[in-house]
Amino acid sequence: MSSVRLLVGTRKGAFILTSDGKRDKWEVNGPLFGGWEIYHLKGSPVDPNRLYASQTSGWFGQTIQRSNDGGATWAPVGNKFTYEGTPGTHQWYDGTPHPWEFKRVWHLEPSLADLDTVFAGVEDAALFKSTDGGASWVELAGLRGHGSGPHWMPGAGGMCLHTIIQDPKDLDRMYIAISAAGAFRTDDAGKTWKPINKGLKSNTIPAEEAEVGHCVHHVAMHRDRPGVLFMQKHWDIMRSDNAGESWQEVSGNLPTDFGFVIDVHAHEPETLYVVPITSDSLHYPPDGKLRVYRSRTGGNEWEALGNGLPERDCYVNVLRDAMSVDSLDKCGVYFGTTGGQVYGSADAGDSWKPIVRDLPAVLSVEVQTLL
Amino acid sequence: MNGPHASVRVVLPYHLRNLARVGDEVHLEVAGPVTVRAVLDAIEARFPMLQGAIRDYETLQRRPFLRFFACEEDLSHEGMDVALPAAVVEGREPLLIIGAIAGG
Repeated sequence: MSSVRLLVGTRKGAFILTSDGKRDKWEVNGPLFGGWEIYHLKGSPVDPNRLYASQTSGWFGQTIQRSNDGGATWAPVGNKFTYEGTPGTHQWYDGTPHPWEFKRVWHLEPSLADLDTVFAGVEDAALFKSTDGGASWVELAGLRGHGSGPHWMPGAGGMCLHTIIQDPKDLDRMYIAISAAGAFRTDDAGKTWKPINKGLKSNTIPAEEAEVGHCVHHVAMHRDRPGVLFMQKHWDIMRSDNAGESWQEVSGNLPTDFGFVIDVHAHEPETLYVVPITSDSLHYPPDGKLRVYRSRTGGNEWEALGNGLPERDCYVNVLRDAMSVDSLDKCGVYFGTTGGQVYGSADAGDSWKPIVRDLPAVLSVEVQTLL
Repeated sequence: MNGPHASVRVVLPYHLRNLARVGDEVHLEVAGPVTVRAVLDAIEARFPMLQGAIRDYETLQRRPFLRFFACEEDLSHEGMDVALPAAVVEGREPLLIIGAIAGG
């Protein structure tokens, strides 16, 4: 029988939530790595028992944990992230040059094809790759080296590479996104990169349509249509139908187009999910009502989904890596909040239930569909 | 030829004990002059998962929120190559590695 496993990273540890395919009763395991910030956990598509976790701390730095048994046991692997060559500088908040300094791993993306290959998106923004199960890491330096790196600037949360998307039909093609530099694409397995930000407009930077400098919060793709991308920018929901060569706004009738998460239905490539957040100054839902918004038209037309979600007095945020979908029929949708709730829907968003209510602030949610 | 060895006791902060899967105190054989650097070298050799957790990989400097104490003295600014107190070298007192009290 099918089952699902949610990998939840929080400010104070990791949690693994499991259920059978009905998704109405859940077992909660954790905290794992209690007291540490767990920015992200993710399982390998090649072997779902292979999991990686980014464990980090302001005191003790970065650790990468690996499990080979679905999270029952873990062991630390390599944690040395060294920028290639002379790291150089990026822009600091005041516009002055600032040396590149490694701080933490925001996102781990196991390879679609090889069990021991995994990518890491880090702060200060760079992309690293391991081909030995996380034991050692090498920077894919073409990203920072393509020319615009000195002009990248941190967002309020730091200058993080937070999104890594592999094209399942062309493994040499990958997309990444950085706050606040923008989105980038490689077509040669990470050797060279190009910014893919045409059509993005950010009125908080000197040149609204600059090649880089946009605060992309998250990007999502349906595995069957790897050339179609959806983006939650700082403000604006954006769509690209040509692998990022150009973008069009599809915010449509959303109550606000500020937010962090965006995801695509597992079986319907034109069905999207976002969680609108009031504004960049007010990181909580409008009117204290927590709502997921769904578009079945690839954007522009959005419907509020609130059945089972808080109707009032809700002032949590949903961070960029804290939404995920399973591939069961019906598609399950999950998201975690900074208030420590993890909500799940077993019917593609029509109704929601809290799976847990009182975890530490949730940083990331990934789901594994186990068949 | 091997020089003299000291048996040094080290108390790690809670989270590093968990990471290294050790108890309250670890006992290390430290060769040559017993300095903070020599003790950290011995810790990292025995517990590779602690590399980068106490001192920076590149600069080998103490991570900012950690402190080194022994014999009721703060040794954090004494320099990595200053000899540790005799009581630490002789194993009568531990070297304490302490996380700063901060954060939520």
